Amino acid sequence: MTDLHVFLMILVCGAVTLLLRALPFLAFGRRTPGYILYLGRVLPYATMGMLVVYCLRNVSPLEGAHGVPEAVSCALVVLLHLWRRSALLSIVGGTACYMFLVQVVF
Amino acid sequence: MKDVHRAFADTLPVMAGYVVLGIGFGILLSAKGYGAGWAFAMGVIIYSGALQYVVIDMISGGASLMAAALTGLMVSARHLFYGISMVDRYKGAGMKKPYMVYALTDETYSLVCSAEAPSPRRYHRYCFLVSLFDQAYWVGGSVIGGLLGPVIPFDTEGIDFALTALFVSICVDQWLGAKSRLPALTGFAAAAVCLLIFGREDFLIPAMLAITGGLTLLRPVLDKDDKDGRAAHD
Repeated sequence: MTDLHVFLMILVCGAVTLLLRALPFLAFGRRTPGYILYLGRVLPYATMGMLVVYCLRNVSPLEGAHGVPEAVSCALVVLLHLWRRSALLSIVGGTACYMFLVQVVF
Repeated sequence: MKDVHRAFADTLPVMAGYVVLGIGFGILLSAKGYGAGWAFAMGVIIYSGALQYVVIDMISGGASLMAAALTGLMVSARHLFYGISMVDRYKGAGMKKPYMVYALTDETYSLVCSAEAPSPRRYHRYCFLVSLFDQAYWVGGSVIGGLLGPVIPFDTEGIDFALTALFVSICVDQWLGAKSRLPALTGFAAAAVCLLIFGREDFLIPAMLAITGGLTLLRPVLDKDDKDGRAAHD
C-alpha cells in the first residue's frame, strides 16, 4: 500500500467522522424541532448505557475469566460511587481492582 | 482559572485511558511501518480512537477508499447521537463551537453531556477545555507510542478499564439524578439485547435504531414528565 493511499484513507475516515459529528448541528442547529430537543434531553441517559455495553462487548461469559474481573470491577465502581460520589476515587479504585484481577489473579 | 482547574480535574480519568490507549495505538501503527508523524496526523485528522485502531487493520488488509468510507460510517455512526444530544447545549458557543463539534469523542461527550455550570458562557468554556485536554492526551499518547515503539516501562494491562469505569460512574450519577430512569434502562436493554442478537462487531447500529424507536414510543410519557418537572422548577 502506497503512502498516498494510506494518507487518502486517513482523510476519508476523518471526513466521515467529522460529517457524523457535525451532521446534527448542520441539520438542526438553527431551528431545532421539538422532537430533536426531546431526543437531546433523553439521549444522554440512553447513550451512556449503550456505551457501557459497548465497552464490555468483548467479555465472554463462557470462556477465559468468564467476565469475573469486569463484573467485580464494575460493581466496585458502583459501590464506591454510591459511597462517596467522587468520580476519581471510583475510577481509580475500579481500575486498580481490574488491573490486579487480570494481571495477578486470572 | 476555576474552569481550567475543573476541566483538568474532570478529565484525569480520560487522561489515564487515552494516554494508555494512545500509546498502544502508536506502537501498533509503528509496527506497521508508520511512525510518530503518522500517529500525530491520524490523531488530528480522524481523532476517533475506535476508528483509528480499525484503520490499522485496513492498512494491513489493503482496503479500498470506498471500503474505508463505509467502515468509517459503521464504526462512527454513534457520533450522530452525541451531536443530537448537544445541538441545544452547544447553542451560542460562538467561535469555540466548530472545534467542540469536531472534537466530540465518546469520552468528551460523557463529560459534557451532563455537566452543569453557572452560566451558558462558563458551560461552553468548560466544554471547550474538556475537548482540548482530551485531544491533547490522545494525540500526546499516540505520538509517545510511535516514538517508543515496543519499549514500555511497566505492565499496563487492564489500565484501559479506566474508560469503562468513567462511563459506569457517570451512569450512576445519571441514575441518581434523573427524573425518569426509563431512558437509561432503554439504552442499556436495547444495547444488551442487540449485542446478543447481532454480535460484538455489528450491534451498535441496530442498538441505535432500537434506542431511537424506544425513546420515540416513550415520548408521551417522558416529555410530559419533563415539562411538569420544568414547570415545577420555574
